[in-house]
Amino acid sequence: MRWGVAVFPGSNCDQDCFYVVRDILGEQVRYVWYEETDLRDLDCLILPGGFSYGDYLRAGAIARFSPVMEALVDFAEKGGLVIGICNGFQILLEAGLLPGAMLRNKNIHFICKYVYLRVENTHTPFTNLFKEGQVVRIPIAHNEGNYYIEDEGLLELKNDKQILFRYSDKEGRLTPEFNPNGAKDFIAGIISKEGNVLGMMPHPERASEKILNSQDGLLVFKSIVNWFKRC
Amino acid sequence: MLEVEVYVSLKKTVSDPQGLAVKHSLESLGYSEVKDVRVGKFIQLRLDLEDREKASQRIEEMGRKLLANPIIEDFTFKIK
Amino acid sequence: MLTEEIYRGLGLSSEEYQKILKLLGREPTLTELAMFSVEWSEHCGYPRSRAYLKLLPKKGKFKPLVGEDAGGIILEDLAIVFKMESHNHPSYVEPKQGAATGVGGIIRDIFTTGARPVALLDSLRFGQLANLYNRYLFRGVVDGIQSYGNCVGVPTVGGEVYFDPSYNGNCLVNVMCVGIAPKDKLMRAQAKGEGNLIIYAGASTGRDGIGGCSILASKEFKENEEKRPTVQIGDPFTEKCLIEATLEAIATQGVIGIKDMGAAGLTCASSEMASAGDAGVEIDLDLVPRREEGMSAWEVMMSESQERMLLCVKKEKAKEIMDIYRKWGLKCVIIGKVIKTKEVIVKEKGQIVAKLKAKDLTSAPLYNMAYQEPECLKEINKLDIDSLPLPEDFNQVMLKLLSSENLCSRNWVYEQYDHMVQTNTVLLPGLGSAVLRIKGKNKALALTTDCNSVYCYLDPFVGTQIAVSEACRNLVSVGAEPAGVTDCLNFGNPEKPDRYWYFKNCIEGLISACKFFNIPVVSGNVSFYNESPQAVIKPTPTIGMVGIIKDLKFIRTPFFKKEGDLIVLLGETLPELGGSEYLKEIHNQVRGKPPALDLNKELSLQKAVLTAIEKGLISSCVDCSEGGISLALFEGCVTGKEIKGAFIDNLEFNLREDFLLFSESTARAIISLSKNNLSEIEKIAKKYGVPLRVIGRVIKEPKLVILKNNFALIDLDLEKAFRLWRKSLESLITA
Repeated sequence: MRWGVAVFPGSNCDQDCFYVVRDILGEQVRYVWYEETDLRDLDCLILPGGFSYGDYLRAGAIARFSPVMEALVDFAEKGGLVIGICNGFQILLEAGLLPGAMLRNKNIHFICKYVYLRVENTHTPFTNLFKEGQVVRIPIAHNEGNYYIEDEGLLELKNDKQILFRYSDKEGRLTPEFNPNGAKDFIAGIISKEGNVLGMMPHPERASEKILNSQDGLLVFKSIVNWFKRC
Repeated sequence: MLEVEVYVSLKKTVSDPQGLAVKHSLESLGYSEVKDVRVGKFIQLRLDLEDREKASQRIEEMGRKLLANPIIEDFTFKIK
Repeated sequence: MLTEEIYRGLGLSSEEYQKILKLLGREPTLTELAMFSVEWSEHCGYPRSRAYLKLLPKKGKFKPLVGEDAGGIILEDLAIVFKMESHNHPSYVEPKQGAATGVGGIIRDIFTTGARPVALLDSLRFGQLANLYNRYLFRGVVDGIQSYGNCVGVPTVGGEVYFDPSYNGNCLVNVMCVGIAPKDKLMRAQAKGEGNLIIYAGASTGRDGIGGCSILASKEFKENEEKRPTVQIGDPFTEKCLIEATLEAIATQGVIGIKDMGAAGLTCASSEMASAGDAGVEIDLDLVPRREEGMSAWEVMMSESQERMLLCVKKEKAKEIMDIYRKWGLKCVIIGKVIKTKEVIVKEKGQIVAKLKAKDLTSAPLYNMAYQEPECLKEINKLDIDSLPLPEDFNQVMLKLLSSENLCSRNWVYEQYDHMVQTNTVLLPGLGSAVLRIKGKNKALALTTDCNSVYCYLDPFVGTQIAVSEACRNLVSVGAEPAGVTDCLNFGNPEKPDRYWYFKNCIEGLISACKFFNIPVVSGNVSFYNESPQAVIKPTPTIGMVGIIKDLKFIRTPFFKKEGDLIVLLGETLPELGGSEYLKEIHNQVRGKPPALDLNKELSLQKAVLTAIEKGLISSCVDCSEGGISLALFEGCVTGKEIKGAFIDNLEFNLREDFLLFSESTARAIISLSKNNLSEIEKIAKKYGVPLRVIGRVIKEPKLVILKNNFALIDLDLEKAFRLWRKSLESLITA
């Protein structure tokens, strides 16, 4: 399976994602410069975290107009897998590839820490190796992760089982104290209606090795490999 | 040349944590008359256009496409 | 005609002006005068400290690397490059931008060596939080660090925050950056090879920060309150692109030398590169990209606009290199060339506006400064600890200490910093030293910053030796061998003999301790004039130290792991409360002598701990420092994923209770281990002559119990205490 990691000016988790895919998973991977327009050689494209264009104006607002994003629309329509992490998620929202928008964290601070996530739907390319309701530990690091969507949109997300991860406590309970950024309905990660585009605020690439205190994030990448093998 | 001022603010239905923090802070400084604070953005543009109507159309477009995120933000503008 | 007013306004004395006249044999142009003023300022030329800086040891167990902008150590095929620098004055004037540009500047010092920046640490000091302005400064500085560091993608993994009234009017922002490069790819800040090109890359030049380094760094504060317009604004996005573009440019092998245009901007970069390369440089100011109109030549030469680099490149590689910068959306222009004569020639509109020998610019005068011990010190050193009233309730004392501004948790700070980007952070902040694995090697780096300025105030020589020892102890506690030091020496006005006495004694303490531990000082920075009408800072020689963990399996954490593990105290507790947090918080006194330091005992303790760690005998290790044994035990209990309890029933009570619990004696550590390993540890302790005492054991129940004759001196509910400890800083800021 062939992976790509997008690089926008200001991306800063591109090398971390690249490392996990190449060195931990042992998969083929290349960087995709934001001006590229041909993604046909790829099966999965990662939009990494960081501060594309300094997050000036709004997080992800400028990056969404990059040439690579046009190619990405086409890539996703043809069923290619896309995973937007943190700033990558914000770019997908700005581009309208996923519903909703990001507000500033409720405490108006950047937050970097390990959080607990409850896995809500395991019948997806990104979560098929998790157990339904499993609680995992993956860090977040963002300023604007307070997910917002209007109630109708939320209902659709729920009905279509598009919510993959929710912030929870260690036992999987949803309590405001464990909703670090104030996200609507505790939402930490969602997929598109078609199920092939994932956006998540937590950083699975930061929890993919034993030495980094958690390997729970690696299951996201392994699920993709697993799904691809079965297809 | 037209000078344009664009104001972007969060929609009334969207909670504004930054505005709340500012309100809280103003209250603690003794400004108890402050009942609501919304924090937004102020953007200045200089357009190489003379036609105000055309400018309005173009700015509307800019606002929708980039300057504001219609899901959470409203914008207004003034051509000087 | 240049008047006295002009050169004085630039921070030059009349003696210095006379020296310039003599060197040139004529009157300098305004541009030349400005260039001298910045190059001879304390910030660039170190005229008041160089005599001592030369004495710092440059050798150690790991091969040192001493360069123009940053030094480091060699680890196999890698160079570990690091440096700490102050941004005190700018941060006091505008805390957010001051701190942000401090971060930006030190990162540039690292990647100009060809190293990729992998970690940041910040050592911060403010006046007490009861004062609203100090809160504003503290919040602003943290905001500046997070906004810049997070965006630029370099993790902020550690540091320290202290509050003390002596920092009213002068906060300290010392930022350290660490980078890694293949050792054969290191760059220097030099220009050479006639005909090679001088390239300007990065952001354009504005009037920001003009005279910042000479004026801001050489005057006391009262005159500076209105200097706000000269504050530089940081753009971390441009910096991130600059890092990637520069590392890519260096990889072309077409770069001969490179230097950041930070303090003293183009003046410093051009003259120091020419001087280091033993060559000359000719630049045309008309080609310099500008952001503002009507800037005069001296302003362009002095501008401290951020995120700019000066490169000397091989002629035939220039296009390739410029294309790289442009790919990253950065400005990149050829502004000059290397010339044969060893001069810096600056042209504007076809006219020569400066023509100076590079060496003259970089040979700042050297001053012998007068020094004298402050008269009040002998009185301050007096402390009769036996006359201190004995507290009745030690639980209350513990809670007060845990929630005090200097001992409470720093999570409010470090959770705002991205400390995990680059996925190397093995030990997260709050666990003593930061630990970063080195990808591709079974090795890790341990990083720490340390300085107890109260100790340095009470005894500068011993206080600084303690700072070095404490840094070593912190590194050893996580399984690292101390390898190299960078220092950031913060003091008041050196022209006042008592301030200079502090400087002299601190640096002598630093030299002796580093020599003793065989650690080189590879880089550093001096910041004088940290005083205002409100206060003069306590002497603050901040130590940044890098250690090497030889095998990933040696990494140790401070927290207790397993119920039933033995808790062991290594080292000896003496009745030492001088300068302690206990004395300050509970008895409202800052006086006495710092704890005694025996470097031999300190080294023995470190050797014993490291040997035990490397033999796999211990489960956790935390050193005893501020707050003494009781705070160390608390940290052992609460810093893990789950709170563990400790049952301490064998402390040696031949000391008064408070002395025993809160004394800050040096050369001590608390370790936990499985019972089976006790005899092995005892052998090691004996070999190194380190006192060892099993004082208790780890329990499941989240309680810290300290018994004296079956009576619970301390019986603390750790869940409650933990919440208090974690929430205190935020409460203190918002109260």
